[in-house]
Amino acid sequence: MSGLDLSQFYETFFDEADELLAQMEQLLLELDAGQPDIEQLNAIFRAAHSIKGGAATFGCFTLLAETTHLLENLLDAIRRGEMALRTDMIDIFLETKDVLKSQLDAYRASEEPDAAAYERICEVLRQLALEQNGGQAAVAAAAPVAPSPAPVQAPAATAPAPAAAAAPMDANLPLRVRISRVSAKDAQSLLEEMGNLGQVLASDQLGGGLTVWLESTCSADDIEAVCCFIVDSDQISIGREAVPGEAHAVDDFAQAAAEFVAQAQAAPMSAPVAEAPVAAAAPAHEPAALAAAQSATTAEGGAPRAQRAAGGAPAADKESTSIRVGVEKVDQIINLVGELVITQAMLAQTASTLDPVLHDRLLNGMEQLERNARDLQEAVMSVRMMPMDYVFSRFPRLVRDLAGKMGKQIELQTYGRATELDKSLIERIIDPLTHLVRNSLDHGIETPEKRVAAGKDPVGQLVLSAQHSGGNIVIEVSDDGGGLNRERILKKAMQQGIAVSENSSDDEVWQLIFAPGFSTAEQITDISGRGVGMDVVRRNIQNMGGHVQLSSVPGNGTTTRIVLPLTLAILDGMSVRVGAETFILPLNHVTESLQPTNDQIYSVAGNERVMHVRGEYLPLVEMHRVFSVSGAQDDPTQAIAVIMQAEDKRFALLVDHLVGQHQVVVKNLESNYRKVPGVSAATILGDGSVALIIDVFAMARANREKWTPAEAVLN
Amino acid sequence: MAAKPQAQGARVEDMGREFLVFTLGEEEYGIDILKVQEIRGYDAATVTRIANVPPFIKGVTNLRGIIVPIVDLRIKFNLGKVEYNEQTVVIILNLDRRVVGIVVDGVSDVLMLGASQVRPAPEFGATLSTEYLTGLGTVDERMLILVDIEKLMTSDEMALMEKAAV
Repeated sequence: MSGLDLSQFYETFFDEADELLAQMEQLLLELDAGQPDIEQLNAIFRAAHSIKGGAATFGCFTLLAETTHLLENLLDAIRRGEMALRTDMIDIFLETKDVLKSQLDAYRASEEPDAAAYERICEVLRQLALEQNGGQAAVAAAAPVAPSPAPVQAPAATAPAPAAAAAPMDANLPLRVRISRVSAKDAQSLLEEMGNLGQVLASDQLGGGLTVWLESTCSADDIEAVCCFIVDSDQISIGREAVPGEAHAVDDFAQAAAEFVAQAQAAPMSAPVAEAPVAAAAPAHEPAALAAAQSATTAEGGAPRAQRAAGGAPAADKESTSIRVGVEKVDQIINLVGELVITQAMLAQTASTLDPVLHDRLLNGMEQLERNARDLQEAVMSVRMMPMDYVFSRFPRLVRDLAGKMGKQIELQTYGRATELDKSLIERIIDPLTHLVRNSLDHGIETPEKRVAAGKDPVGQLVLSAQHSGGNIVIEVSDDGGGLNRERILKKAMQQGIAVSENSSDDEVWQLIFAPGFSTAEQITDISGRGVGMDVVRRNIQNMGGHVQLSSVPGNGTTTRIVLPLTLAILDGMSVRVGAETFILPLNHVTESLQPTNDQIYSVAGNERVMHVRGEYLPLVEMHRVFSVSGAQDDPTQAIAVIMQAEDKRFALLVDHLVGQHQVVVKNLESNYRKVPGVSAATILGDGSVALIIDVFAMARANREKWTPAEAVLN
Repeated sequence: MAAKPQAQGARVEDMGREFLVFTLGEEEYGIDILKVQEIRGYDAATVTRIANVPPFIKGVTNLRGIIVPIVDLRIKFNLGKVEYNEQTVVIILNLDRRVVGIVVDGVSDVLMLGASQVRPAPEFGATLSTEYLTGLGTVDERMLILVDIEKLMTSDEMALMEKAAV
């Protein structure tokens, strides 16, 4: 072991520990203190246990190992029913998780973790352990000293009666590590390693094997993981046995079961840590691990761990399932693939003039190229997209912590977790969204007493949702709290010298809270109220090219709506022709299209027109007028009216022809140019030319706000 | 011997700046070559018109997956006859992470100008404010109008960017 450089495995350990901590947090949040689910408790325990095992194996992450060790002891006691779970314990465990995370980050950055935080959390955990000891003096001696045999013990507990009787005594017995087929030299170094792990009570070397009796707080898998640097895991068997000469009856069945489980657990434990030596052993070991896993599942009822054992062995063959790549590299690939698709379309156009009989093979090849290019484009585009879950998953913890701190009862619901958003946007949306959630918790939702007084459910609802809408992504944060207080906002605005009028519309009043330094919170808390929130939120969203809308009903809550444009999303579009120009309509806004007849069209106030469709009068927006296209169809009865839906507004858009439906890659116009009225973005068509994507919301307003050239031209 | 240091000095100055020279009608303009990304032929079919914008903005085109606005400097500078033929080229500029194309009548050459060859521009007309000129260059009998193309293209009057971003 001394000759092996362990540092190359650090990254793997950090990544794994990160995942385990995240998993632990999620499980802790789901845990119901009154009726804890034994499966969940087991899973939490195993996560803590695996981190401790890993940290102890490397030997240089002492603080991390110590902290997890204390946490593990408590979790073990709880899951064995020796200690009742309380809500404050969950809080402490969550806090411990945070400390562990910061320790991990510190180790990752090759720094020493904050010792004060470590001391404090350890003190809290020890205090908890003491409480437990006070209540149950009998178990106290066994549990803190040897908490690790827990996984070994579990199957024994379900074993037949004699074994069950023997089990509690097991914990006090030393660990017996038996390693078969080792050379004398290896045996010597193994013995030294054992000495590092605990106190070697006795050892003997017989028939090419080594047996060590060890008094240690390390678990069986830790010992096995250490041994794996020298021998294969199938050579090792670990159990509990009295040192020869001491009179202790050990049940054979319990021992066999314990060895079995220890083997099964060895696979995942040792695989990431010591890839090289295990790689050879893993395939051979796999059937055994599987069999063990199956028996462990029935015995322990702890499916996740057992499944991990089965899955762990093949995973050892692979380095990792994901790679980190710079975003610019992905963007470059996306652009190149886009070019490829356009080139392919050009080739296809040229090839279509050829005689299909003479050029049969060429045309077949062209078809295949088209399919491949399209698949490639789809695959590449999906690389950048990430589900909103990435953002939403961090809120349950935040809400829980803040609600606890403020004495409020809040239930968080999330919708549209699978809604995909471009990676760059998803990372930038986290901060503004966190601000909004904090605001809702602090200012929005009232205390349970106030809620009851107002005749509402004492549990406040906070809803986070995300959906694609009209070529935009709409993210909403809504609460059922008190709503915005119009009077107070106006009063505050006047105090701060912001010009307002009593007659302002609600929307105008709500806009005031986006003013820098504006806060109506009666008292400043550490959660919010310093008035730096909303203007930052708005600025962040605007920098992303989006906007924020607020709606509020006094007594019924507030909804904040973030509308973000798509920068790099794919849009289902309908291409239409107006004159010689092609435009793209977002398909999700198109409800139907029809050819108007003369008796459907009525004129209003001279040059405005409405269209009568099935009892509904829809404003008629003529594309060629809005975009001043020459040579377009002037007679509505010869054109096509596309009925568009923009939120609650419907209107008829008059175009010359419908061309077809296709997925288009949305290209931002603003990156090299500027925002164009009536256009949300652009895309590149099959022939390499640029087509503009219509901004449906702007079109819906087109009849009310005319974009005169004088307004658009700035000089 | 005495002339040698002086000659060297001049050469160092000469090393200073290279200009891409293009023509707009009868006039010759020079822009910093480091701002130029590439030069392509002008193909009206690939430029998509944008409604309700100033006439000198021809529209947008696709440059290997990037949407690039195309500005016709001849219209902007009021150079009477605007023709699109085989000589008409688009100079693609790379300005502060933005890509913009300008339509010109033709590109003639790349010249190196020393400080001694550049004279400050006199105050004149409103079409092209002196603000955007770095000077007037002299090469033999030719006069080059040296334009600070970055300042010009990012200016408010070109309306190529959001007002907030300027």
